Amino acid sequence: MTTSFKTILAGAALALALTTSAFAARTDLTLGVALEPPHLDPTAGAAAAIDEIVYANIFEGLTRIGSNGAVQPALAESWSLSDDGLTYTFKLHDGIKFHDGTGLDAGDVVFTLDRARADDSTNAQKGLFSAIESVEAVDDLTVRVTLSRPQGSFLYNMGWGDAVIVAPESADTNKENPVGTGPFKFDNWAKGSSATIVRNPDYWGEPVALDTATFRFIADPAAATAALLAGDVQAFPNFPAPEAVPQFEADPRFAVVIGSTEGETILATNNGKEPFDKLEVRQAIAHALDRQAIIDGAMFGLGTPIGSHFAPHHPAYVELVETYPYNPEESKRLLAEAGYPDGFKATLKLPPPSYARRGGEIVAAQLREVGIDLEIIPVEWAQWLDQVFKAKDYDLTIVSHTEPNDIGIYARDDYYFDYHSPAFKAVMAELDITADEDQRYALLRKAQEIIANDAVNGFLFQLAKNGIWDANVEGLWANSPVQANDLTEVRWKD
Amino acid sequence: MLSYALRRIVIVLITLLAASVIVFAVLEIVPGDPARLMLGMNATEDTVIALRQQMGLDQPVLVRYLAWIGGMLTGDFGRSYTYSVPVIELVRERLVVSLPLALMALVLSTVIAIPVGIFSAARRGTAADAGVMAATQLGIAIPNFWFAILLVYVFAVMLRLVPAGGFPGWQAGFWPALVSLLLPAIALALPQAAILARVTRSALLDVLGEDYIRTARAKGLPANLVLRRHALRNALIPVLTILGLQFAFLLAGTIIIENVFYLPGLGRLVFQAITQRDLIVVESVVLLLVATVVIVNFLVDLAYAWADPRLRRR
Repeated sequence: MTTSFKTILAGAALALALTTSAFAARTDLTLGVALEPPHLDPTAGAAAAIDEIVYANIFEGLTRIGSNGAVQPALAESWSLSDDGLTYTFKLHDGIKFHDGTGLDAGDVVFTLDRARADDSTNAQKGLFSAIESVEAVDDLTVRVTLSRPQGSFLYNMGWGDAVIVAPESADTNKENPVGTGPFKFDNWAKGSSATIVRNPDYWGEPVALDTATFRFIADPAAATAALLAGDVQAFPNFPAPEAVPQFEADPRFAVVIGSTEGETILATNNGKEPFDKLEVRQAIAHALDRQAIIDGAMFGLGTPIGSHFAPHHPAYVELVETYPYNPEESKRLLAEAGYPDGFKATLKLPPPSYARRGGEIVAAQLREVGIDLEIIPVEWAQWLDQVFKAKDYDLTIVSHTEPNDIGIYARDDYYFDYHSPAFKAVMAELDITADEDQRYALLRKAQEIIANDAVNGFLFQLAKNGIWDANVEGLWANSPVQANDLTEVRWKD
Repeated sequence: MLSYALRRIVIVLITLLAASVIVFAVLEIVPGDPARLMLGMNATEDTVIALRQQMGLDQPVLVRYLAWIGGMLTGDFGRSYTYSVPVIELVRERLVVSLPLALMALVLSTVIAIPVGIFSAARRGTAADAGVMAATQLGIAIPNFWFAILLVYVFAVMLRLVPAGGFPGWQAGFWPALVSLLLPAIALALPQAAILARVTRSALLDVLGEDYIRTARAKGLPANLVLRRHALRNALIPVLTILGLQFAFLLAGTIIIENVFYLPGLGRLVFQAITQRDLIVVESVVLLLVATVVIVNFLVDLAYAWADPRLRRR
């Protein structure tokens, strides 16, 4: 073969390879995610990025949180609760195998739960297991969990990513080589670049439609836009560049689905520090906030205003945005009443995300209108955790709390809001022991009202989930009630 | 020559030791607890303490420093806090991307810059020279990440000739991997080439004004032979210096380009490690880079001696 013929052949092969990759995407999907997880064991770290790859795909728990935020059975086929509300008996499905071939039995459940609540456990959500007194295997497929006190949220807690069931044979190496029971198996993790999962042919439940799924880690908004447009990724469940969304809405090749997340973005206020310990001052701040302006300016119009610390997509949500409506005059009046007719000076510490940095400038401008002069101090996450979260050395800060159903943090005495309300704690205590759904919803509504009326923090907006994917892909979640990318229902339309 | 090299080696070692102390000390002062960062806001205090113990963070400073230095001398660079794998593995995975990229960019920039510099110096004062100067000015002024984004939009999004970024890995085939590094290499090379072209041109102009050049021309030597045999070698020293500096920059200073093309390179590794307070990775990689820079400069010093025989006799 002559050199030129070889070159032509190589060039043709290259061109063919580049084009055929576009047609081969019928049972494989490449998704873009903004953050790379530090490792792949959801029971050993808090990073949401871990669950975004493994939850419901590689690992499963006794229960599972579905796309509407409701508890569904997973590894447990059914369960029963004793009359005193203290003992759960779970019946597991038969024939479940881990990806390394070992079978799942009640012993693995006992191992997982005991490991999570051990003294030296590094589980980031140890509180989920705090009510468990003992776990025992009644027989191979039945587990009895005894609580020390009734806990209404127990079934929901067992659906968290931190409560997935692991095997003693593989638990120590799950960070690098995750072994679970899910419909997908771990295939490869090219650090810094991508992680790939493949279909598990021995899955105990409904088979999934996809053969392979690759998660590519693309943090830069411009790179994310380019990757979607060039077809390198076919789906971006949470697209990091809201400013580029209109471009995709106008493009018929893409479907844009804006949903909501569990991220309550708040103007966190140090309730223990002057002048924020006065209710009038906090009410004044609430009256000075124009939420829509913040959403439009910081999030390009994508986000839902909130009036309390609760997700709007939840059935128990109460509309409380108008508790202290936007009214700068009322704000100035309240400040004068509280003893600050000329306003006061304070600091606003802002962590790196754009909802904080951009939103912070708008909030500062709005508060300046009523006389509150804010000095903006940008900080890194590590500094934020040290200064604001641990040492409570702050006046105001903007942060988004993305853990699901975390309104209970307002009952914690040592939390960085420094908010102490006996009424709220009473509601939370009762919620803890209530299992009946309607009663729980009523208590949750009351909880939202208490913290809204107390204006504990400035409740800004719920983070939107900007989902952009190829118009031929279906089954990706619109909302994000848990931080996960559940691929079990995803398929390409034919 | 030998004493010249030996003296240089001693300086290398002292620099490395000083750098290790500074790097370690700076990271001790920086606020932020790696364990708390990894476990998040909701974790309880005793979980954080358990993790700190696991990571060995509760030991005194001097013990940790000596353990680190001792480990490095035996080739053990420690385990990353976030990834729990040996740092050497992480660095190796990233070097597989960063080293070829740096070499490609260096080769491209040299191949473009030196002929351009020579061309421009030989035609000094003409319109061609002015054109080249304007072009290099543009090349220096353009931010390389803006140029990179432009390349992505033209070649990846509009023309679909190359992927928009990412690195498929060398195991996916030599050509696909090389193609994915092409755009980043061009984006990196062009600004560097502009600088190098100017340096080549001015170095050559300096040399061309020397007496021995005039003597050679007076003897009747053709212009291009004068250029090749006499002028170029003497003009090489500043060019070599710049090349050495550029290589060090290309190896780890390309974090912005790595972000635009989402390449798993060395720059991104260090940046992510800093934000995640993965101190071991930061310390070890920074020291490795210091070592690289120092060694590259050492090699450049040796290259001076090759280019300039006068230095060999010292």
